[in-house]
Amino acid sequence: MSRRVAICATAQIKNEPDIWYQRFQGMLFDCFESIVSQTGVTFDMETGIRNVVTCSDDVFDARTISDNGMTDVVGAHFRGEEKTAQDGINGIGYAMASILSGHDDIILLIGHCKESQPESRHMCTNLAFDPFYCRPLGLDFLNASAFQARAYMEASGITDEHLARVVVRSRQMAAKNPFARKNEMVTEEAVMKSPMISDPIRELHAYPVTDWAAGLLLCCEERVHEFTDNPVWVTGFGSCMDSYFLGDRDLTDNFALEKAAARAYRMAGITEPKNAFDVVELNDPYAYQLPMWAEGAGLVERGEAGRWIEKGGLEANHVNTSGGMLNGNPVMLGGLARALEAVHQLRGEAGDRQVEGAKRALAHGTTGAAGQHHAALILEK
Amino acid sequence: MGYRKKNRHVGIVGVGETKFSSHREDVNQAEMIHEAVRQALDDANLTMDAVDCVVHGNMELFEMIHQPDLWHTLGSGSYGKEAFRLTTGGTTGGTLACSGDNLAASGMYDVVMAIGFEKLQEGHTTGGITNMADPLWARKLQSGALTDSTAVKLIEEFGADRARRAAMTYRIIMDKHACLNPNSHRAFGLEWDQMDELMETSPPLIGDLRLIHMCSQSDGACVVIFASEEKAREITDTPVWVRDHITVHREETLNLCNNYYPTDTTHRFAAEKLYERNGITDPLEYFDVFEMYDPSAWWGTDWLKEFFLLAGDAHLKLVEDKEIMIDGKMPINPSGGVIAANPIGATALVRVAEAAKQIRGDAGPHQIQKPVNHALASAFGGTMWTVLTMLEKELNW
Repeated sequence: MSRRVAICATAQIKNEPDIWYQRFQGMLFDCFESIVSQTGVTFDMETGIRNVVTCSDDVFDARTISDNGMTDVVGAHFRGEEKTAQDGINGIGYAMASILSGHDDIILLIGHCKESQPESRHMCTNLAFDPFYCRPLGLDFLNASAFQARAYMEASGITDEHLARVVVRSRQMAAKNPFARKNEMVTEEAVMKSPMISDPIRELHAYPVTDWAAGLLLCCEERVHEFTDNPVWVTGFGSCMDSYFLGDRDLTDNFALEKAAARAYRMAGITEPKNAFDVVELNDPYAYQLPMWAEGAGLVERGEAGRWIEKGGLEANHVNTSGGMLNGNPVMLGGLARALEAVHQLRGEAGDRQVEGAKRALAHGTTGAAGQHHAALILEK
Repeated sequence: MGYRKKNRHVGIVGVGETKFSSHREDVNQAEMIHEAVRQALDDANLTMDAVDCVVHGNMELFEMIHQPDLWHTLGSGSYGKEAFRLTTGGTTGGTLACSGDNLAASGMYDVVMAIGFEKLQEGHTTGGITNMADPLWARKLQSGALTDSTAVKLIEEFGADRARRAAMTYRIIMDKHACLNPNSHRAFGLEWDQMDELMETSPPLIGDLRLIHMCSQSDGACVVIFASEEKAREITDTPVWVRDHITVHREETLNLCNNYYPTDTTHRFAAEKLYERNGITDPLEYFDVFEMYDPSAWWGTDWLKEFFLLAGDAHLKLVEDKEIMIDGKMPINPSGGVIAANPIGATALVRVAEAAKQIRGDAGPHQIQKPVNHALASAFGGTMWTVLTMLEKELNW
């Protein structure tokens, strides 16, 4: 691969508990208009965007072929549109491939999810399980994660105290992020007293219901100058699928993340991930996942994440300066939100939470129960 | 800068299709997918070890499975693999073929397996399709994929008798093709002398759209394995090259305001752009087979005009003269097409798979007897969306 792919612009609306006043089309259109005005990109058949990659989910939208409701507001009238039906960070990987293939010069990636719409997000994720064995048991992404949380905490020595620290820090960081969901500040004590919703996951260990939309403009190297003088380069992408049945997996072994990360690191030429990144954004819908994924991504030795947190590793490694998914991003978009924060940091646009001189970032996304599918994305200035 | 050269060429090295049926009660979804995966791997003489990336697609609300690729890992072989999931309605299979081409051409993956499936027996297809319409503006007007607007258009243009006969001729030709294809879900053995009777007695669905005109709802899966040029040549002596693909969507709100197409159809727009950038001036001469996503005989008849950029009644004549039959000038759907089998998430990928088999010359009883060097496959879905894929026997463009 001789050519490189750049991210030229990002746009997002604020994460909110319930965007009752706007349909998802409106949320997307706000992002769309922002990207067009930032870059001046057009939809000219020769020089403009010919393909849009969207990210949404039919179940959460309660709409078959959910992308047919947005073709017009994302500019795909008589242009191409392809929907990623998994975490939006995979859409970046797919857009990257589409550009490297030579088929497209420019791709608009845009995604949304309104978690506030369903009566229960757990009813939705229960539908991700097969209708014969697992669905009747009531498995959903929360209680499946609880199995993993228990197993991982046993294996790694991560305690309720560690998790409380993760949650408190998430909210502190999010308070500096103007796009983050506005949550109350909490103390470690309050986290440890918060109600158990699926043992050992407490209410404050779980990401809150959130609505959000975001977009990115990706472009081939030759044409970056047309759209920005501050590009961020996509230098590595990797993903991996784990087994389906929870009982077939060692829930503590980070199989899929290790493989996904290794693939992305290889593409980006990274051999020593521990010191490779100035910014790390890990997708943590549940608090225990932040230390677990840090181990899986090779940032910390296996079993060392507890001590790493105690020694201030989250701060030292600039992990989840955005506040993380734990502070509130909707399902499907956790990884996309991580990538957006990494882009902000690398462009030097992260405001009060800016990591000075950030040159290289890792952004990570998960899809499915207890991280069945992982994706890792390397971004560089 | 306009359209650019591909980073590297991509060939189809393996295809697999299940038998299509109204009900595959003997297998669950993952098992059904596994049948097609197994076939495609055997066809390419590969094991999963050779596959770098698996792409999965279907519509979640047809079977009410959220993110079904997660469960289907059991049958798709995606364990330990890079995995994408892409869905675009009826065009899903076309999008999967585009992704197979893009991902393998990118240099990020050498061998990519695309899986399209649907098990429509497990849901309510027309309810599912109706559910795609905007809940505020259009859902109460939507009747699944059933519409007679094309019949109305053709009847206005060519008179009721000629239009109805052309559509029924198209239908019988497709059935004759379906009878040759062992994978067909529906193959009735219709005869030409049944034409008048069918036009009278087949139950009307909406206006002039009758049950006999309409596609089925089917269970089935299709798998196509794509590989970079270097890998493709290692894997098989008969790779089928993917020359180009194009996706064209349109917005739904204009459909509401204007019942007829305000501009070109996406089919014509896609075809014009694809031919233009590949230097094809006479598509009817150029292509040796066209696998069309033809959800009804009315649509199939009408869309010939769009895909081949015809004018006047040239498309009707193609049908009336039976030039679209397997031994005709421009064979359309030797597989029997979508009216013969429609597992929606797989349907458009089946078009690509069937076109590839025709080029290889091993389609079986429905193989076109003349040499097939250039093939076109279409996908249709959403609010009048189009994906076109061009396949070639020789890498010489």
